[in-house]
Amino acid sequence: MTVLFGQLFTGISIGAVLLLIALGLALTFGQMNVINMAHGEFIMAGAYTTYVLQQSITSAGLSLVVALPVAFVVAGTMGVLLEILLIRRLYARPLDTLLVTWGVSLMLQQLARDVFGSPNVQTRAPDLLTGNVALPGGLTIANNRLFILALALAAVAALTLALRLTPLGRRIRAVVQNRDLAAVSGIPTARIDRTTFFLGSGLAGLAGVALTLLGPIGPTMGTNLIIDAFLVVVVGGIGQLKGSVIVAFALGVLQATGEYLTTLSVAKVIVFVAIVAFLQWRPQGLFTLRTRSLA
Amino acid sequence: MSLLWSRRILAGAMTVVAAAALSACGSKTSDEGGAAGVTADVSGDTVKVGLLNSLSGTMAISEVTVRDSIMLAVEEINAAGGVLGKKIQPVGEDGASDWPTFAEKAEKLISEDRVAAVFGCWTSASRKAVKPVFEKNKALLFYPVQYEGLEQSPYIFYTGATTNQQIVPGLDYLKAQGVKSVYLVGSDYVFPRTANKIIKAYAAANGMTVAGEDYAPLGSTEFGTIVNKVKSSGAAAVFNTLNGDSNVAFFKEYKSAGLTAAAMPVVSVSIAEEEVKGIGTQYLQGQLTAWNYYQTTPGAANSKFVAAYKAKYGADKPTSDPMEAAYVSVYLWKAMVTKAGAFDVEKVRTASDGITFDAPEGLVTVDGKTQHIAKTARIGKIGADGLITEVWNSGKPVAPDPFLKTYPWASGLS
Amino acid sequence: MTAVTPAPPDTAVRQAPAGAVPPNPPGGRSRLRAAAGFAFGAALLFAVAPLVLSDFRLALLAKYLCVAMVAVGIGIAWGRGGMLTLGQGVFFGLGGYAMAMHLKLADAGPGGMPDFMQLYGQLDELPLWWRPFASPWFALPATVLLPMAVAFGLGSLVFRRRVRGAYFAILSQALAAAMVILLIGQQGTTGGTNGLTDIQGFFGYDLDDPVNQRMVYFIIAAVLLALLALARQLIHSRYGELLVAVRDGEERVRFLGYDPASVKLVAYVVAAGMAGLAGALFVPAVGIISPALIGIVPSIEFVIGVAVGGRATLLGPVLGAVAVAWARTALSERFPGTWTYLQGLLFVVVVAFLPGGLASLWALTRHRAPGPASDRRGWSPLGRRRGDRAEVPAA
Repeated sequence: MTVLFGQLFTGISIGAVLLLIALGLALTFGQMNVINMAHGEFIMAGAYTTYVLQQSITSAGLSLVVALPVAFVVAGTMGVLLEILLIRRLYARPLDTLLVTWGVSLMLQQLARDVFGSPNVQTRAPDLLTGNVALPGGLTIANNRLFILALALAAVAALTLALRLTPLGRRIRAVVQNRDLAAVSGIPTARIDRTTFFLGSGLAGLAGVALTLLGPIGPTMGTNLIIDAFLVVVVGGIGQLKGSVIVAFALGVLQATGEYLTTLSVAKVIVFVAIVAFLQWRPQGLFTLRTRSLA
Repeated sequence: MSLLWSRRILAGAMTVVAAAALSACGSKTSDEGGAAGVTADVSGDTVKVGLLNSLSGTMAISEVTVRDSIMLAVEEINAAGGVLGKKIQPVGEDGASDWPTFAEKAEKLISEDRVAAVFGCWTSASRKAVKPVFEKNKALLFYPVQYEGLEQSPYIFYTGATTNQQIVPGLDYLKAQGVKSVYLVGSDYVFPRTANKIIKAYAAANGMTVAGEDYAPLGSTEFGTIVNKVKSSGAAAVFNTLNGDSNVAFFKEYKSAGLTAAAMPVVSVSIAEEEVKGIGTQYLQGQLTAWNYYQTTPGAANSKFVAAYKAKYGADKPTSDPMEAAYVSVYLWKAMVTKAGAFDVEKVRTASDGITFDAPEGLVTVDGKTQHIAKTARIGKIGADGLITEVWNSGKPVAPDPFLKTYPWASGLS
Repeated sequence: MTAVTPAPPDTAVRQAPAGAVPPNPPGGRSRLRAAAGFAFGAALLFAVAPLVLSDFRLALLAKYLCVAMVAVGIGIAWGRGGMLTLGQGVFFGLGGYAMAMHLKLADAGPGGMPDFMQLYGQLDELPLWWRPFASPWFALPATVLLPMAVAFGLGSLVFRRRVRGAYFAILSQALAAAMVILLIGQQGTTGGTNGLTDIQGFFGYDLDDPVNQRMVYFIIAAVLLALLALARQLIHSRYGELLVAVRDGEERVRFLGYDPASVKLVAYVVAAGMAGLAGALFVPAVGIISPALIGIVPSIEFVIGVAVGGRATLLGPVLGAVAVAWARTALSERFPGTWTYLQGLLFVVVVAFLPGGLASLWALTRHRAPGPASDRRGWSPLGRRRGDRAEVPAA
């Protein structure tokens, strides 16, 4: 029983990580149809931001708190640069964005290697986040996992509110639902695109900070994450966030369960098979945004 | 239309016939030594050697430092007058963490650059990919990393540990500590799977139980479930054969789950000083490693090596076992060539038996029969400063036994 | 292949009212030019290359040509059919493994087992699913038919449910990832990460002998030319027209009474077969097949070559694939430390600023009068392909 609950929580926390790295994609891919393969490298940028900040801020806790907004801005700025320099030219060719950003991701990885060296670097986690909470029955829940879960949920809540309530959010939704109509209504679609890209890339930076608590910080850390994140958005359905949220947690629990019963390799294959089967049932994902634009 | 089609089909058929005819130009009987041996180009006043490591891709995190220490050895040897009066000219290639690329680059170094020897490779997969290339061309590879044994190519010198110089001593140490059950965690590739097979055979013969066995795909960074399983298994220790990035995630998860080095120590065979730096002592302090060399290993040869390395690459750069083995391999090659009096591969191989070198890890001896090296086994504990201090050593160099022929319990393995 | 499709493309075309699809103009001049180009390519591959290149470089060229075969298939599926297949590595791998399994068994001799099985799998006898591959009559057809069967199975599921565009791309990428994990997990019977290495012979020919390596090169070059001829036939057939129509307006084609799913399926299966054949020939040329060749990264690299060369042209993908593979070797030899910058830059610049690929560069400099046949169905130099555009409302 303890094991069961332990696995359930592991699944949820895998889901939280997936959600955090997929949330930015849900914006850039889901809302703007840009397949940004460099998203993983924006995550890497967030992680290295934490590392750099720790060189001057010695308190692990403080540096983590500072790193969150700084990484958001750093990764967001990289995203905007990418948008201005390249992606802007490619909105009509979404599949080409994949290839172009793949090239960009190769260059960013090499850049990280030249700037920070090939080996992984370390960051210190605040002591509070390396411990765990003991529950009755011998069950423990790791604090860093709780922190990431909270961060993911907070990011979802903030993003949802921003999209629902702010004028900017209204404009973003308008552009997603019907770009032409939004444009003739006086919404500066190009600027909205740029802002959306900033937000999406910034969220990747945030995920990077969180991942320093869990995994390696190195030049290739982003590549391992990116496919899972895309799958979450594809299965969740593009154009909205709730699908991604549900799917991230569902895939997390599925993987944790599969892994417990079999092995990690088999669990991964199970997840892929489940995804193909699911897309048979709902080819446009869990939720689809109904628009009047002709697709 | 149909006329057109039949003409097209005819054209297609002709192509096939042409291809079949072409195949007739191959020669079924390979005449004696027809494919053999590109000889190294040593006509000038320099001798080329190949450096084959991954400078890009996932393996670059480990292999770049090996390249650095090979370069250090080359420069030192050149400063001391070179080999047989010739300066060494290193030719570097990037294996790009991709096995077929390793094979391609090995072929290039041998047949285009005509190097006298190649130093490099890290993963077993890259070694397996280049092995036929070296055997076909009768060229030499010096492989500097601990590996899973069960191999003995006439054209490879293995300067890292084989299983009986690293894994078996690690198990002996655990047994001496009274450990009765171990949990095996490894990456999903050849080295961990073979190592774990050996561990299971050892455990069965030595009254240990294996509480569980798990593999994660290479590069995997999600260890929640595996650590849960380890925690509920009740094992006394963990034997860790994870590689690269996975170690970082594993140890972070391990600490978060409340597991400690005191309660359930982890013995790692792929974590050296460089990896410790990338994970953080916060997560590693007190954990055990099995190697043949540590930066803290005493001796004048090591002090000199560490000082030279830090002077060249920076005071914050640690030295580690694979780096040391790579550094030593260049010197061993030099000693073999000097003894043979020629760069000729067969002469070098014949001369190799009994070559000794006062290495940073202590005295090493080349065993000409297996082309492995006798090395001292060392168990170390990771300290708060990120360095590893020795807690046990084998006392004298352990003779290499890649097929574990001298261990009765291993009789079913090879 | 067309058994389950309600309206196989070929018959569909015949049923279509005359004029719905423009008839295939034979265009004497273009045929002549194609024949001349074909002869020129053959001369280059069979006469010039073996003369000027060393054994090592010729072996590399053989490897590039295998990549080019995959590219021909991608050119059909993606350039002509609009399906961005990021999982061609899977088919390449299926073909490669089928061939390598046979060659390993042949090396081991009758009743023998490949070396790695005893070492890592500790198997006493050959696994059941390896056994058929001992026979060349099974293994050789399998190199092509196995990938085609997998593509057919997957494609008929996916296309019928109208999974397309980025969805299809990411799904095919996930397939490559799953395949790699599966192969690595079964180390005892697949060789794991090592793959199948150290292949000695090729149907009795010793692969260590440079003469035989040269023969393998000639076979590869011949097969590539044959595939190019096949692709040209396909592109210039009525089916080829229909494929482009599906790419540019799937719904419209559906309204016209065709079944776009079947049309796409054929292109996808053909591309898979070509990738399988390429994988099979790669094995004797390079002597290794491993999961490193079939995962996400190599699958994307296959596509990059096609994009660089010019996706919708016949020769573009081939030249692009060879150029990218050659650039990779040349750059990494010249600049071992920094070549990835240059490689990344190449992808970015060509795809972002030259959407028609290098082929469009050539066309732009030619300033020739529009030919009667070829221009209409080629790409346009500005790369305004409606296929992509249809997926998003224009910006």
